[in-house]
Amino acid sequence: MYTQALNNPAVEAGVEDEEKLAAFQARIDREEKIEPNDWMPAAYRKTLVRQISQHAHSEVVGMLPEGNWVTRAPSLKRKAILLAKIQDEGGHGLYLYSAAETLGVSREELVDQLLTGKAKYSSIFNYPTLNWADVGAVGWLVDGAAIMNQIPLCRCSFGPYSRAMIRICKEESFHQRQGYDLLVAMMKGTAEQQEMVQDAVNRLWWPALMMFGPSDKDSKHSAASMKWKIKRFTNDELRQKFVDATVPQAKVLGISLPDIDLKLNEETGHWEHGEPDWDEFYNTIQGNGICNKQRMKDRIKAHEDGAWVREAAQAYAAKQAAKKSAA
Amino acid sequence: MTDTALFTYCMRLADDSAILSQRLGEWCGHASHLEEDIALTNIALDLIGHARELYTYAGQIEGKGRDEDALCFHRVEREFNNLLLVEQPNDDFAYAIMRQFLFSAFMHPFWEAMMNSKDEQLAGLAAKAEKEAAYHLRHSAEWVIRLGDGTEESHNRISDALEFLWMYTGEMFECDEVVSSLVAKEVAVDPMSIKHLWDETVNTVLARANLERPTESWMQTGGRKGEHSEHLGHILSPMQYLQRSFPQAQW
Repeated sequence: MYTQALNNPAVEAGVEDEEKLAAFQARIDREEKIEPNDWMPAAYRKTLVRQISQHAHSEVVGMLPEGNWVTRAPSLKRKAILLAKIQDEGGHGLYLYSAAETLGVSREELVDQLLTGKAKYSSIFNYPTLNWADVGAVGWLVDGAAIMNQIPLCRCSFGPYSRAMIRICKEESFHQRQGYDLLVAMMKGTAEQQEMVQDAVNRLWWPALMMFGPSDKDSKHSAASMKWKIKRFTNDELRQKFVDATVPQAKVLGISLPDIDLKLNEETGHWEHGEPDWDEFYNTIQGNGICNKQRMKDRIKAHEDGAWVREAAQAYAAKQAAKKSAA
Repeated sequence: MTDTALFTYCMRLADDSAILSQRLGEWCGHASHLEEDIALTNIALDLIGHARELYTYAGQIEGKGRDEDALCFHRVEREFNNLLLVEQPNDDFAYAIMRQFLFSAFMHPFWEAMMNSKDEQLAGLAAKAEKEAAYHLRHSAEWVIRLGDGTEESHNRISDALEFLWMYTGEMFECDEVVSSLVAKEVAVDPMSIKHLWDETVNTVLARANLERPTESWMQTGGRKGEHSEHLGHILSPMQYLQRSFPQAQW
């Protein structure tokens, strides 16, 4: 999930061979895929490493708010669905780290960047999951927003990322349907269950809209990514697609969305919506969201607690290799 | 009598799977590395699958309209009949892996033998569960070996886990009236008939892991009669909380 288009770097003014640059751009314009061993501008490489690793980190950190409900899932079927979903997120993390590694950076370096706070992940995961309906709302809204972001990435100019996204999108759309199904079941249930759903949607609606990143007028770094066909739509375009797709689903579900400005523009056919609270967004990005510190603490703890396990595996592998070469 | 025995037998197996999957689920998002997070979740998922089939079947045998969730979420500690082994906590990864290994080393030959059960439902489940248990055994055994023959720290940790968990292994081979009556009907697996296979696996893997098999000592018992360690209540509390808080709700 979850490329937030947060900090696409400005193209650094490195000196690149003009001819090579022109040939590279021509390939992009012909919609050819760029593969790891092909020549690419340093800034293209850097942008991709940053975007793919942020995406991978988001998958991994995203396991935590959902994992918060694994032991409390209210039925065996829902527990199995939730576990399988989180397992998928872990798998997405794995192949995204692999895609990033093709660009010449190791998974260890990338994980280190996450744990030392140098790398970012999607702000949505700094919100808590407070009732069982949050699990459904995360599937419906968060995965739904992720899919809007990610479908264009299936056509991303960088081959490994594009191929990873094709697979990820299939799984994400499954997650979104499962999330919606969970909410439908609760809306058919007791008044208390319906209240849980409304509460979850009230809390997660705006953070979901923020997943598309800042408004276009404040998003300065999209141009290079657009030119290189890493990004194909602006933040606001994707946000609008998401709102247009989601409002009718909310109506079917029978819940209200917490935006008094939401109305259908009959001429354009689009749902006009209010502005997210961008102060809250930037505040969360800067580390002050309700769960930022907890998420990092949990990731660091898992990593540190697991150090002896990873060391043991390496020591064992080294012993085996030594035995083999001695034989 | 047979029906009551079969109900009890299925419930014991279902509880083993449900409680162990709950313990494995606690690792979700917290394992030492992504691959292992996925592997532990995978085992948990297989076990939930077994639990669902077994609870559903038990509910049909009982005939009182209780479904898988009624049986899993609406019974108290004393009514759970799982092995004490599976409720032991995830003190560290070594405990989780050793617990899985000791259990899977039993469950793999158990399901293999169960494929010949005269009970079609159990034989059918066994055909699927045998393949999954083979993977659980392979995965946990490989880790026991890696940790045992890894670093000094990992060796000490897996050694401690073995030492602690050993006293819960005797329960797997208990054969009370419920089991023996079903063994006589060729429905259940006689646990003693697979003891040599368990011994062989355990001995081979421990040897490769440079671990010493603990000397035969006092074996704890009680799980099959609903007499548990203090841990079970803490497993059931979060697990059953939503079902208990909102008994009218469907999820």
